[in-house]
Amino acid sequence: MTTVAVKPATMAQALTRALRDAMAADPTVHVMGEDVGALGGVFRVTDGLAKEFGEDRCTDTPLAEAGILGTAVGMAMYGLRPVVEMQFDAFAYPAFEQLISHVSRMRNRTRGRMPLPITVRVPYGGGIGGVEHHSDSSEAYYMATPGLHVVTPATVADAYGLLRQAIASDDPVVFLEPKRLYWAKDSWNPEHPTEVEPIGRAVVRRPGRSATLITYGPSVPVCLEAAEAARAEGWDLEVIDLRSLVPFDDETVCAAVRRTGRAVVVHESTGFGGPGGEIAARITERCFHHLEAPVLRVAGFDLPYPPPMLERHHLPGVDRILDAVARLQWEAEG
Amino acid sequence: MTVMEQRGAYRPSPPPAWQPRTDPAPLLPDAEPYRVLGTEAAAKADPDLLRRLYAQLVRGRRYNTQATALTKQGRLAVYPSSTGQEACQVAAALALQERDWLFPSYRDTLAVVARGVDPVEALTLLRGDWHSGYDPHTHRVAPLSTPLATQLPHAVGLAHAARLKGDDVVALALVGDGGTSEGDFHEALNFAAVWQAPVVFLVQNNGFAISVPLAKQTAAPSLAHKAVGYGMPGRLVDGNDAAAVHEVLSDAVRHARAGGGPTLVEAVTYRIDAHTNADDATRYRGDAEIAAWRAHDPIELLEAELTTRALIDAAAVEAARQDAEEMAADLRERMNRDPELDPMALFDHVYAETTAQLREQRALLQAELDAEQEYHGEQEGGAR
Ligand SMILES: Cc1ncc(C[n+]2csc(CCOP(=O)(O)OP(=O)(O)O)c2C)c(N)n1
Repeated sequence: MTTVAVKPATMAQALTRALRDAMAADPTVHVMGEDVGALGGVFRVTDGLAKEFGEDRCTDTPLAEAGILGTAVGMAMYGLRPVVEMQFDAFAYPAFEQLISHVSRMRNRTRGRMPLPITVRVPYGGGIGGVEHHSDSSEAYYMATPGLHVVTPATVADAYGLLRQAIASDDPVVFLEPKRLYWAKDSWNPEHPTEVEPIGRAVVRRPGRSATLITYGPSVPVCLEAAEAARAEGWDLEVIDLRSLVPFDDETVCAAVRRTGRAVVVHESTGFGGPGGEIAARITERCFHHLEAPVLRVAGFDLPYPPPMLERHHLPGVDRILDAVARLQWEAEG
Repeated sequence: MTVMEQRGAYRPSPPPAWQPRTDPAPLLPDAEPYRVLGTEAAAKADPDLLRRLYAQLVRGRRYNTQATALTKQGRLAVYPSSTGQEACQVAAALALQERDWLFPSYRDTLAVVARGVDPVEALTLLRGDWHSGYDPHTHRVAPLSTPLATQLPHAVGLAHAARLKGDDVVALALVGDGGTSEGDFHEALNFAAVWQAPVVFLVQNNGFAISVPLAKQTAAPSLAHKAVGYGMPGRLVDGNDAAAVHEVLSDAVRHARAGGGPTLVEAVTYRIDAHTNADDATRYRGDAEIAAWRAHDPIELLEAELTTRALIDAAAVEAARQDAEEMAADLRERMNRDPELDPMALFDHVYAETTAQLREQRALLQAELDAEQEYHGEQEGGAR
């Protein structure tokens, strides 16, 4: 066995590499969006692709999200695999009509005869000091739409592996990129970059016995930090990174909750009507007799995303997570 | 009768006469951008107006440099500079009556300030203490819009409502060249023309949508040409010529107020600075192009005209500069103070009447803040 260098890389670099490798491996893969060409995208994720593969394969489109996704539908109908970049979470909203009315249900409408292998990359979430409309967490809207896969990496390795899988998928995938993790470094093995769990599988990032924190994307590092801090209280917290919201890995989640008997779902999108409600309900349905406390949610407040100077009060942080965990203990005793 | 026989019996005749609703000729924009400064038309311009435009241009330029400096000091989250585009901004504000409405996008703080909004309040969005810092009703300025072109249908709706109420109010909506590709742009223009709404659309064509040049944005001969298909006039104007932009916009506003319907104005200008302080413009454009546009500077164009015609002297130039400097000093001083932030205000403006859920969440945050304060108190107490 050869040992390979495991080097630090950022999530953005891994995403770029995934796009490049996918384009090199498959000539039907096309990248398109606003500023993806000469600029390399506002987050530089498409850096160098236009130069390497030409403007026909990495295309600066006119500024129109509905147009970008709508034309991607036609391109996919004709056998291409478009990878579409939406510049920011809130700027994907003009494309909702295409996403919901066509992208998500073309397979179903055509009895399986016309699948649409489209990847929609959406930088999402807060914590980067973005002004209005630059920090939304829109995953609940996507999750509520049957026919879409919804995935979100939290590690550099997953950023690469999940994006390659998304592009290779014969179904449309909404690929949510936690923008505050773009520059987070992680050791990563570029020699075997694809070796991650498949879409649809959750991963236990930290085993534990006291309670299970169930989370994804930008909140994964926060939960790991909370788990570290919890040791001081004598709690041994488990952290599950869902990686894929649709399909949902009931198995891994339920196995964990059955072990610990306590669960907290953590995400920064709003709590009411948010992903946590669905997850808590699933756990309750499947693990009710193993639960020693109600499944709790720690989420962003039910507000339009706050201005950058106030966002820290909105985002679930370590303290808010630990407070919830403390409530689990109390509920169990009370 | 068989199908063939039926077909044989069919006598082709010319289609019924088709009536275009309007003659497109008067709707078409000129081939060249309209100019006033340095042409014979300048003689007709009102000297007072030119001087007012000048003072506002100088202020606007200074505002841009000051706000850009504030980003470097971390006082603003981001600033999209409009250096080079001041003539469009200033003319937009000055072409309106007090009762009219302005619908700006994120790059249009100068227009907002020229309309009377407090310079600090105009920056609230970009500083990041709230999304919109001013009361839209005070000066009839809608919040700065970040999602592109989405404010255009609002302008049409407001103008339409005003007309339904019998008010002679006009709405002026600003959008960039990139924004004209969005579906909302199309829908707004179409509604405006069908309803004959008293609205004026001003496209500031500054050459780029972040990195994407106009040639990749549209194949139309000009953005002003887009008007014709909707049935409204399109006007092309030199966006660095404040007098020309003001005249064309004023005509369009008058036309709208008189019941003539909407106009699309394309002002050809250039974005001298990068898209925002966070953008690296060297990736997509060269210095030669920027230099050529610097030589067509809106302030210098107007100053040359005023000087040639002896409408302004060195003292007046200095006075304008001085006034801009005072505005900048005041802006700097007030922006360097930390804004007063009340996290609890997050819950105050979600609904007219708050919900039980939000009350619960409010209490949670209050408890967190109290605990934080108590913790800090103990820390200080311990240090003593
Ligand atoms: C709907 C939407 N999509 C994308 C963006 C991101 N974005 C912000 S500014 C910009 C370019 C806008 O170009 P243009 O309309 O020409 O205006 P300019 O910035 O040049 O004033 C883009 C793509 C946005 N704000 N809204």
